[in-house]
Amino acid sequence: MELESAKAIGMALAAGLGVIGPGIGIGLIGAKAMESIGRNPEASGKIVSNMIIAIAFAEALGILALVVAFIIKGL
Amino acid sequence: MTQDIANNVLESPTAHSSEVVEHAAVAVHDTGIHIMPLAAERLGDFHGIPINNTLITSWAVMLILITLAFFVGRSIKMVPGKVQLIFETIIDFVYEYMTETFEDRKLARIFLPLVLTLFLFIFFANSLQFTPGIGSIGIWQDDTLVPLFRSVNTDLNVTLALALISFIIIELTGMFKLGLFAYAGKFISFKSPLAFIVGIIELGSELVRIVSFSFRLFGNILAGEVLIAVVAYFVPYVLPSTLMGFELFIGFVQAGIFALLTLLFIKLAVIEPH
Repeated sequence: MELESAKAIGMALAAGLGVIGPGIGIGLIGAKAMESIGRNPEASGKIVSNMIIAIAFAEALGILALVVAFIIKGL
Repeated sequence: MTQDIANNVLESPTAHSSEVVEHAAVAVHDTGIHIMPLAAERLGDFHGIPINNTLITSWAVMLILITLAFFVGRSIKMVPGKVQLIFETIIDFVYEYMTETFEDRKLARIFLPLVLTLFLFIFFANSLQFTPGIGSIGIWQDDTLVPLFRSVNTDLNVTLALALISFIIIELTGMFKLGLFAYAGKFISFKSPLAFIVGIIELGSELVRIVSFSFRLFGNILAGEVLIAVVAYFVPYVLPSTLMGFELFIGFVQAGIFALLTLLFIKLAVIEPH
C-alpha cells in the first residue's frame, strides 16, 4: 500500500474513531443537565455554566484526536 | 507525484515539451484547498531566534492590552465611566469566584493577576482571529503566500509556553505553601505499597496536565481555523460568518477554561495531604 493512501486512511480512522467517545460523552452531559434543569428551573444559570465547563473537557479529547489526524497527514 | 508527471512529459518527443511541463507543474500544484500548515511560518531571524508570524500577532495583542490598561488606568474616577465599569465588573466577578474557591481572601489576591492575565491574553488573542488582514496580508516566499499575521493560539509553541507557566506556578505554589518535603511526599510516599502506586499515578497525571492544557487550546483554535478555511471553499456565503461567530464563543470558553483550570489546580496543590 502506498504511503500516501496509508496516511489518508490513517487520518480518516484517527479522526472518525476519535470523536465517537467525546460525542457520546457530551450527549450524556447535556442530557443530565437538561434533566436537572427540568427538576430545578431556578438553578438553570449555575447548571448551564458548569455544563459548559464539563463539555469543554470532553471536547478536548475529541480535538486531541483531530490534531493527531492532522499530524499523520503531515499538514 | 509532481516529479513523475513532469518526467513523463519531458520524455515525450514533442517540440513544445517545455511549455507542457510548465502547465503540468502549475496544474498539479494548484489543486486542493490552501489550509494553514501545522507549524507557524518563519518570517525572519533575530540573532538566531526565529521570528514567526504568530509572534508578530502576539505583539499586536500585547500592544492592544497594554494600551487599554494605560488609558483605562489613567483616569480612574469614583463614579466609573462605561469602560471602567466593564473592567471593574470583570475583576470583581473573578475576585469573588477565586475567594469562593480558595476560601482565603489573601491567596485569592495573590493569584488574581495571574488568572486574569491568562484569561485576558487568551481571550483577546482568540477574538482577534477573524479580523480582516490576519491570514491574508503576507509576503511571497518561493511561490506560496506566507501570511504576516496568524492567530496566536494556532502555534503549539504559544500554548505550550502558557501551559508551562501554569504548571511551574502550580508546582512552586505547592512547594512554598506546604514545604518541599511535604509536597514531594504527596507523590512519592512510602507509607504503603498502594499509596506508592497512587502517588506515581498522581505524578503522571500532573505531568499530563501540560499536554492537556496546551493541546486543548491549540486543537480548539486550529480546528476552528481549518474548519472556516474548508467551509469557505465549499459554501462561501453566509455559513462561514455563522461559524466564525461560533468560533468566537469557543475562543471565549477556552480562555475561561484555561484560567479556571489553573485556578483549580493551584487550589488542589495547596491542600494538606491526608
